[in-house]
Amino acid sequence: MTALALHGVGAGYDGKPVVAEVTAELETGGWLAIIGPNGAGKSTLLKAIAGLATSTGEILLDGMAAAALRSRERARRIGYAPQIPVLPEGLSVTDYVLLGRTPHLGPLAREGPTDLAIVEQVLARLDLSDLAGRELRTLSGGERQRAVLARVLAQQAGLLLLDEPTTGLDIGHAQALLDLVDRLRSEDGTTVVSTLHDLTFAAQYADRLLLLDGGRVVAAGTPAEVLTSSTVHRHYAAEVEVLRTTRGHLVVAPSRTPPLPD
Amino acid sequence: MANLPRPTRLTPVTIAVWVLVLVAVMVGATLIGAAGLGWTRVAREVLAQLTGGTSPLSTQEAAIVWQIRVPRVVLAGLVGAALAVAGAAFQGVFRNPLADPYLLGAGAGAGMAATLVVVAAPQRGDWLVDPLPLAAFAGALGGVGLTWLIGRSAGGGPAILLLAGIAVAAFLTAVQTFAQQLNTDTIEQVYTWMLGGLATAGWHEVLLVLPYIGLSAVVLCLCARLLDVLAVGDDEAAALGIRPGRVRLVVLLAASLATAAAVAVSGLIGFVGIVVPHIMRLLAGASYRVVVPLSILGGAAFLIAADVIARTVVAPAELPIGVITAFTGAPFFILVLRTHRRGLR
Repeated sequence: MTALALHGVGAGYDGKPVVAEVTAELETGGWLAIIGPNGAGKSTLLKAIAGLATSTGEILLDGMAAAALRSRERARRIGYAPQIPVLPEGLSVTDYVLLGRTPHLGPLAREGPTDLAIVEQVLARLDLSDLAGRELRTLSGGERQRAVLARVLAQQAGLLLLDEPTTGLDIGHAQALLDLVDRLRSEDGTTVVSTLHDLTFAAQYADRLLLLDGGRVVAAGTPAEVLTSSTVHRHYAAEVEVLRTTRGHLVVAPSRTPPLPD
Repeated sequence: MANLPRPTRLTPVTIAVWVLVLVAVMVGATLIGAAGLGWTRVAREVLAQLTGGTSPLSTQEAAIVWQIRVPRVVLAGLVGAALAVAGAAFQGVFRNPLADPYLLGAGAGAGMAATLVVVAAPQRGDWLVDPLPLAAFAGALGGVGLTWLIGRSAGGGPAILLLAGIAVAAFLTAVQTFAQQLNTDTIEQVYTWMLGGLATAGWHEVLLVLPYIGLSAVVLCLCARLLDVLAVGDDEAAALGIRPGRVRLVVLLAASLATAAAVAVSGLIGFVGIVVPHIMRLLAGASYRVVVPLSILGGAAFLIAADVIARTVVAPAELPIGVITAFTGAPFFILVLRTHRRGLR
């Protein structure tokens, strides 16, 4: 089933278009990575799907026009984690993750036992139970990213939008976070759209890639179809080699020019 | 699974403690005063009123207690609650721990309006109704309204609103200073009002501000959870299904109404709006669901206590209450500034 469909989507801020004519489809449980050079419009496209940037064209969620959904209804279907999340000072991890229940509560209601139970489960699943009482600002970078993910998961939305979820994480923590997202996807059938600047991660975790340049889709398809050294060179102005590991995974490796002397 | 720490919430014990503190301060403030009635005799009068017994006070002395002292205590409580809860709300809306209720031009607007009234009519003693409170109320709301309109026309985010507030406050203060400089004979009257005070308090003033402050307090308590959501930033709050602009409007409206009502009857009392929410934050947790209601109780207790000092230290004269709140508030303010540096990038 198609979880997300974009038909001729354009988006921007204050009337200035940043992306235009984006068309893409994503099956339930799929992972679409939006890639492209800096300023290509990746985050803007993600925000347009989340309803945070004004957009044109058609965005369908499970076949329904997203524009017709009320903001709370939309928030129950879409979880969004920005590239640089704002972590309120002094709030504990539990308090913060509980905010994810907002779309399921009335405007003036308070959380009930069900909400607390859901948060408890999410914290356990993300290995955050021991940190639940800690203040957000005392967490390490990796723990913070997990706390943000926990807040988004508490929304229980079928579609996760993750804007550069590995920002600021070392390779191990980045891998752990992406593995976690991948597990959610296979266990819960969650659909994921993320922007990723690391092309190797994009190749190894997403099953579809959407390459944006100058606000337009310039390539789309499976990682093997999109990530060729000539495509990367054309749109990133980078010299790379696309390799396969012994396990068959794609690796996009920077290759210095001029070549090293033998 | 069973070890999930409790979320930060208002517990019955916390509420009970602060209600007790407030009641204790109110009782203390009623017993202490400049008239030399003796606190034991006042206590027996209060008991007599409650139980129907005989009072040791003369009718005149009883009137001092019930028509002067008690309404003043109640009014100080209302004003303190209003300023503290408005301060907490402003800090939430602007995500800035140093925001105060006068930030958006409420103080400057009220100050300008009050100055214009004083300058235009320095002698108002025999007037049926003193227009000064009404002018201050309208000036406060006018200042905030102007800031809101300018902020919205420039894009409307919290940072823009804050800057618009600074511009409006500077402009209104300039008008006020100009009017004051042209009429130096009224400077003392203006100055006394600016520093705040409750010397003219009576039941009339209490009834005048109670509806506004009561309504605002209820609205802000209901919005406390939404203030927590706003703390994650506009984008994320919107992604959680709330409308940040709308929440901001409702909260600012309620907080400004409370501030305007407080300013109308007590002048510009500084620091309560910053100090009290921070004390509550430090003691009970950073969630606005705790900070907002506790600021109401704590703000009331703090200002009642400050007013006792204001009216007794140099009795029978009075110190402006703004001097007391600033004297205790300023050192605390510096402390907050030092410990919150990290949040003030």
